[in-house]
Parts: sequence; C-alpha cells; structure tokens
Amino acid sequence: MRLENMMITAQMEIAPKIFQVTLRGALAQTLETPGQFIHVQIEKSIDPMLRRPLSICDVDMDKQELTLIYRVEGKGTKRLSEKKLGEEVNVLGPLGEGFPIEEVKENDTCLLVGGGVGIPPLYYLAKQLVKKGANVITILGFRSEGDIFLESEFEQLGKVIITTEDGSKGTLGFVTDAIHDLTEEYSVYYTCGPKGMLRAVENSIVSPGYISLEERMGCGVGACLACVCDLAEANVETGKVYAKICSDGPVFKAGEVII
Amino acid sequence: MNRLEVNLPGLVMKNPVMPASGCFGFGQEYAKFYDLNRLGAICVKAVTVERRSGNPTPRVAETPGGMLNAIGLQNPGLEHVLQHELPWLEKYESPIIVNVAGNLPEDYMEVAREISKVKNVNAIELNISCPNVKEGGIAFGTNAQTAADLTEKVKSVSKVPVYVKLSPNVTDIVEIAKAVESAGADGLSMINTLLGMRIDLNTGKPILANRTGGLSGAGIKPVAIRMIYEVSQKVQIPIIGMGGIFEVDDILEFMMAGASAVAVGTANFIDPFACPNLIDGLEERLDELGFDSLTSIVGRSSALCNLNHVR
Ligand SMILES: Cc1cc2nc3c(=O)[nH]c(=O)nc-3n(C[C@H](O)[C@H](O)[C@H](O)COP(=O)(O)OP(=O)(O)OC[C@H]3O[C@@H](n4cnc5c(N)ncnc54)[C@H](O)[C@@H]3O)c2cc1C
Ligand SMILES: Cc1cc2nc3c(=O)[nH]c(=O)nc-3n(C[C@H](O)[C@H](O)[C@H](O)COP(=O)(O)O)c2cc1C
Ligand code: FES
Repeated sequence: MRLENMMITAQMEIAPKIFQVTLRGALAQTLETPGQFIHVQIEKSIDPMLRRPLSICDVDMDKQELTLIYRVEGKGTKRLSEKKLGEEVNVLGPLGEGFPIEEVKENDTCLLVGGGVGIPPLYYLAKQLVKKGANVITILGFRSEGDIFLESEFEQLGKVIITTEDGSKGTLGFVTDAIHDLTEEYSVYYTCGPKGMLRAVENSIVSPGYISLEERMGCGVGACLACVCDLAEANVETGKVYAKICSDGPVFKAGEVII
Repeated sequence: MNRLEVNLPGLVMKNPVMPASGCFGFGQEYAKFYDLNRLGAICVKAVTVERRSGNPTPRVAETPGGMLNAIGLQNPGLEHVLQHELPWLEKYESPIIVNVAGNLPEDYMEVAREISKVKNVNAIELNISCPNVKEGGIAFGTNAQTAADLTEKVKSVSKVPVYVKLSPNVTDIVEIAKAVESAGADGLSMINTLLGMRIDLNTGKPILANRTGGLSGAGIKPVAIRMIYEVSQKVQIPIIGMGGIFEVDDILEFMMAGASAVAVGTANFIDPFACPNLIDGLEERLDELGFDSLTSIVGRSSALCNLNHVR
C-alpha cells in the first residue's frame, strides 16, 4: 500500500460514458492480486473532496502502468474524464483483498461473470488465470450493443458470451440467462457487477465462487467503518459479525457475506 | 523545551495534534503508514458496553466541503476493546483517549469504570453528541441538566480525566459547557458533527440509509471556531478543538479561538498522512509568524478583542 502521484499517460472514451485511463508510477508494481482497487484523489479540492474507489483493470509491471475503466457517474468521474495526458492524480493503493487464484490448477475451467463497470477487474484476473494454464469462459452483461467494451480483449483469453438487456447483441437478457445455457463444466467462478446481478449469480451457481462488492467509502483503509457488510456467520476467530469491504474485501467467498 | 508541547489534564502531549474519534479506528490501520508515536495523542473510536453493528449502508455521503456520516457507533464492545484493541496500543507512548458512549447513564458508567482502569488509557472522552443513534449519544448532549448529570456520574467512577464531547446541534453551547464544567468535567472536546441530510435525485430518497447523518469536514470549521471562541471565554477547563482541520493554519486558528489542542478527523480519509504532515508543518509556521510557543497563542483572539473593548 502506497500513496503516490501517478501520471495520466493515456485516456479515451471506449463506449458512451465509459473511459479507459492509464496511470504511470511505481505503485503499479506493488499490485498483489487481481481485483484489488485504488483510492483516487481526482483533485485536491473540497468538491469533490473524498477519494474515489476504482478497480484495477490491467497492469503493466515493466512500464509501471495501471489501467482503469470507469463510467462517468457524478462529479468525481466527470472531472477524471476531463483530465489531460501528463496531468497527475494522487493514488492510494493497491487496496483490499482481490480474487484468490492459488487453488486454480492447469486446465481447470474458470467462469468469469461481469456486468457493466464490474467487468474491468475481471480482465487482469482472466490474464492471470490464463497464465496459470486455466481455461477461461467469460460472460459479459451490458444494457445494449453500444455499451459493449473489452469484448475483443477477453476473446483473446478464452470463450466470451455477451448478453444484452435489449437483445441487440448476444444473448437477450441477463448474465444469469447465459449461465443457465452454459454446457461447459467449471470448477470455480468469479463475479463483479451490480448488487442485483451478484445476488442472482450467487443463487444460480452451485460451484464455489468469489464475488466482488462495492460500497460508498470514506477512508478506504478500514478505519472509518463506512463500507461494512454483514457476514453470513460470525467469524470463528474474531467473533466479528461484519466485514469491511475496503480492507477485508472487496472480494469475498460466495456465501460469506450477505448481499 | 519543545515548542509544540501541550499539557492537559491526564495528557502530556509532544504536539497538539491527535486524530478525532471514529476517524482513526483503534489506530491499527494508520500504523501501517507511520509511527503512531508521532501523534500528540491517540483518540480511538467510541466504545459501548455491548458490541454494536451500527447502521445500514450507505453510511457516507459527500457534500461540497464535507461529508455526512451515519456509522452509528459500530464497535466491538467493551470486553473486546479491553482484550484486544487497548493491549495492541500498549507499544505506543502517545497518550490514549477513549471515546465512551451508551444508551443509559449506567452504560456510560460501566464503560468509563472499566476503561479508566486500563494502564495505557490517559483520559476519557464522553460522547454525548453522536447524532446517529436513536438512544444515548446526542440525547445527553442537548440539555444542560442531562449533560451535567451524566458528567457527574461518569466522573464519580472514572480514574482518569474526563473530556466531554459537545454537540453543535444546540441553541446555546455555552450553557451546556458551563453545566458540564460545574459537574466536574476536566476538559471539553468540540465539536462533534452537525446534523444534515442529502437526497439522491434519481430515487428521491435520502442517500444515507439512516436518512440523516453528521456533517464533518472543512465546511463546519467556522461553526467550530465560533463555538470554541464563545465557550473558551466562559469556562476555565481546556478545550480540544476539532471540525474541518485540514491545514496547519486551521490548527492555529482553532488555538487562537481558544482550543489548547486539536483533533483531525475527515482529513485522514483524504490523506492518510494528514496528522504527521500537520505536525511537521506546525513548527515551520510558528517561525514564520514569529510565535515562541504554541501555548502563547491559545485564546489570543478573545484576549485581543477584549482589549479593544477596553479602549
Ligand atoms: C472497490 C470498488 C471498485 C470500483 N471499481 C470501479 C471501476 O472499476 N469502474 C467504475 O466505473 N466504477 C467503479 N466503482 C464505483 C465508483 O467508485 C463510483 O462510480 C464513483 O465513486 C462515483 O464517483 P462520482 O464522483 O462520479 O459520483 P458521485 O455520485 O458524485 O459520488 C458521490 C460520492 O458517492 C460515492 N459513490 C457513488 N457511487 C458509488 C459506487 N457505485 N460505489 C462506491 N462509491 C460510490 C463516491 O465515491 C463519492 O464519495 C468501484 C467502487 C468500489 C467500491
Ligand atoms: C466517519 C466518522 C465517524 C465518527 N465517529 C465518531 C465517534 O465514534 N465518536 C465521536 O465522538 N465522534 C465521531 N466522529 C466525529 C469526529 O470525531 C469529529 O468530531 C468530527 O468529524 C469533526 O471533525 P472533522 O471535521 O475533522 O472530521 C466521527 C466522524 C466521522 C467523519
Ligand atoms: S472505507 Fe473506511 S472502513 Fe472501509
């Protein structure tokens, strides 16, 4: 975990309101697991004031670069999208516990399920899984054909199934429809996206899996208790009944927390 | 002699800066960034008798110049804090202040009695100002008599000095400050957060699950300054000032208004090094302004104004 100014070396709009930005700095080399995030101070200002949590989508250790993909939602992400090359943002990270991949073995098949801006952290995960010799099947859910991003990037890593809510491309409906249609067997799944989607995915799959959660944050480091969620069962070691998404998560074992 | 040193009841501080309660957990997270011995004191999260799981999320909402929070006094409970959090802090020599909360006076008394026996606890901060719980908290801090009664009860069981943390959500804060002073408070902490609300335009509903929350951050600083300025002229006990401290000059402003030490809350979230950076900047700024020591500026503002009145 470090605090450093990182320089914007690339930024472009890859779908309506969806931006891809690349940040350069030594912090990039300290990423531990896919699924970790950074807490970005977009400007030293009083509005926006708080840092914004954004997932790490890709890392280039040699070039010391991190790539993020974000949707313009409000003030903070809007300002970020207006930043020019060469400008700096202050970054705290990498934060949190990401997707565990130690147990995945060569030739295992892993299912990745992402919805909207929950997709980015799955990309570096997919790369790491492929590096271990695993097979990756990715289901990506979007609203409509025009919203699609990262499709060709994921295609280079394995089979990709697109779902759109309006049926303009791929399977009509939600990611869970594609999960039901799936004929392949898989040993583990990983998912990130809106809460409703996570709930539905968790309910439709029996294999073990990992889910990545979002919550509004203050500190990002576990000190303020803004970002908690309830544990399904109290932790046997600590007796705790909650988990902090910023430091115990954002990734949890499916069933471990109540979503 | 260390120019930044401040001595308050129970607290020998090498500098006037401490993290504010609830913004620093029990120290463990920020200890990953710097040595906590750099801090003038360490003020930890509110402790209640029983373990509390707090309010539903979302618990924070940003506002221009600040944020609303409705954590709801989530904490692991007295027993756990005695067994784990306080022993972990033993390796640090900075004085420790424990924020104490509860539903009933008996709850406050039990926490104060047990916590004040712990050898590394130097003072208690009596939280009669949390706006985010239905019982206790602010309910004790908006009426002078109730606040005084609770202070007296807690004083009767505490083995360490008691600082009463005041709420700004009152019409006459001076009245409450005087009442708790008469009841035996050793010091005051002020201010806690201001009650506020934000509405999500997409849903038409409040952003916070608790609907309302406490406003902290730069936006509340003038309110804190005004209250400290007024209260410090009417009480003899020292004040720990807080509310929107982000810069070195904010600390000096609080001290000139009448605070003897300061606490930094929200700023930690934006910069995890906020406290040590402020401490580093303080000495330099004293030189620039030509002040020999920090204590010499405490209450300077009211002293100067009163002088002008005499003329
Ligand atoms: C661990 C984590 C990883 C994330 N990764 C990504 C990502 O890779 N790409 C992406 O597009 N988005 C991601 N998000 C969501 C992103 O943080 C929010 O969209 C962003 O903070 C909105 O800021 P804003 O200023 O544009 O919106 P505003 O609505 O103006 O923000 C106001 C406040 O609410 C907070 N907030 C609003 N929406 C969210 C949200 N969904 N989650 C958390 N805080 C929120 C903001 O941080 C800010 O404090 C992630 C969230 C978390 C918790
Ligand atoms: C997330 C958060 C949690 C807080 N929790 C507590 C608490 O447990 N007890 C307490 O007395 N004050 C609590 N406070 C209030 C702060 O200690 C402080 O009085 C207030 O935030 C003003 O200072 P600031 O503007 O520097 O943040 C909390 C504030 C925040 C932002
Ligand atoms: S954001 Fe502060 S504890 Fe998670």
